[in-house]
Amino acid sequence: MSVPPAVSMFIAAFILLNAIVGVVTYITLLERKFAARMQSRIGPYYVGWPHGWLQPIADAVKLMIKEDIVPAPADRAVYNLAPLVFLVPCMLVFATIPFAPGLGVADLNIGVLFFLAVSALEIVGLFMGGWGSNNKYALLSAMRAVNQIISYDLPFIFAALVPVLLTGSMQMSAIVGAQHGLAGWFVLYPVIGQLAFVAYLIAALAAENRVPFDILEAESELIAGFRVEYSGMKFALIQLGEYAHMLGTSFLGALLFLGGWLGPGPAWLGPIWFLLKAVFVFLILTWVRWSFVRIRVDQILAISWKLLLPATVVLLLATGFVVAAGGGRGL
Amino acid sequence: MSAYLPVLIFAVLIVAFGVVSLAVARLARPSRPDVVKLANYECGAEPIGPAWVRFPVGFYLVALLFIIFDTLAVFLFPWALVLKPLGLSAFWVMAAFIGIVGLGWIYAYREGVLEWK
Repeated sequence: MSVPPAVSMFIAAFILLNAIVGVVTYITLLERKFAARMQSRIGPYYVGWPHGWLQPIADAVKLMIKEDIVPAPADRAVYNLAPLVFLVPCMLVFATIPFAPGLGVADLNIGVLFFLAVSALEIVGLFMGGWGSNNKYALLSAMRAVNQIISYDLPFIFAALVPVLLTGSMQMSAIVGAQHGLAGWFVLYPVIGQLAFVAYLIAALAAENRVPFDILEAESELIAGFRVEYSGMKFALIQLGEYAHMLGTSFLGALLFLGGWLGPGPAWLGPIWFLLKAVFVFLILTWVRWSFVRIRVDQILAISWKLLLPATVVLLLATGFVVAAGGGRGL
Repeated sequence: MSAYLPVLIFAVLIVAFGVVSLAVARLARPSRPDVVKLANYECGAEPIGPAWVRFPVGFYLVALLFIIFDTLAVFLFPWALVLKPLGLSAFWVMAAFIGIVGLGWIYAYREGVLEWK
């Protein structure tokens, strides 16, 4: 008995969607526990034994039964649509990531390009939310967001292009396939790999609007930025999208630089290795988030345009020279 | 294009997930609006006027620069795929192109476009 391809595609997409929601829900708990440890606290503890493991479920239920407030002056259509417009690109980035050979929704031959293109679309929903709220804080935050995200998109693209250049393919499974062997991971590629990984992490922090690049959230000046007017399930969808995007970026980092599902042990351990590596990248980002203070908007722009952008372009050129002169891996 | 069908299915599922969860929340939550609750949140102060005022779009020049470098990225993607077979000649062509864009970057730097005002 064979399953029609459309049905198996549907099943794969359905499983992936549920896996993302599940992992994202629990990664919030991980971040809270991690942050608590860094500050000598315990973190969520009382909901569920041991160590408050039911806390994310309680949060989700609570957000679901919260009253939903649409401010009277808001642009209702834009305001109500924004969480959905924000959520879709944030979760769609997972579509091209393979979690093991052949295990994924679609291993497109333009995988990396698809990821970068879709992940940049989150700014549309973000700006809709900021504008539609008709709130001064939200509007300021949305303006800052556009400014920052378009500034850091470029270093992000250029840093992600380094493994593509080394492999000669944008297909994610081909990039992982080029990292086989001892010291095969691109993060271990001499000089180029480490610099590109650091650039990727910095650009990822900024693209995810995390501290020290969180001027658009800025609790102490803009309260919570573009989502200040959101409550209940709409707020939950925005948070879900934000963490899903962050997790997607961690997965891409693990895939491009840390060898994806490659690891010791039998093949079925592959997805677990991949998840562990992605969580590792996520924890690096979280570690930075809870260690540094917010930096000013002019500093943020200066870092991107005067330092990170030229540095990544030069790095890309250097990689190009190495590849053209016969280095690199793959094909 | 059939390779993109799973992506489309996944996108539709995400939209469905968002719509369904919003609909469930709509059934589960209370709704008791009043005038004060529906006012814009400004830390307790009463908002004066709408937020939709004329706004100095400071990143206008940054956006122009972004388009230039994004175009560079568009050219870099196919270049990255064919560099290895083509070898050093393709590298020097791209190096010259990036050099020209780099001159533009230096000009923008000296004109102070990269300073945030």
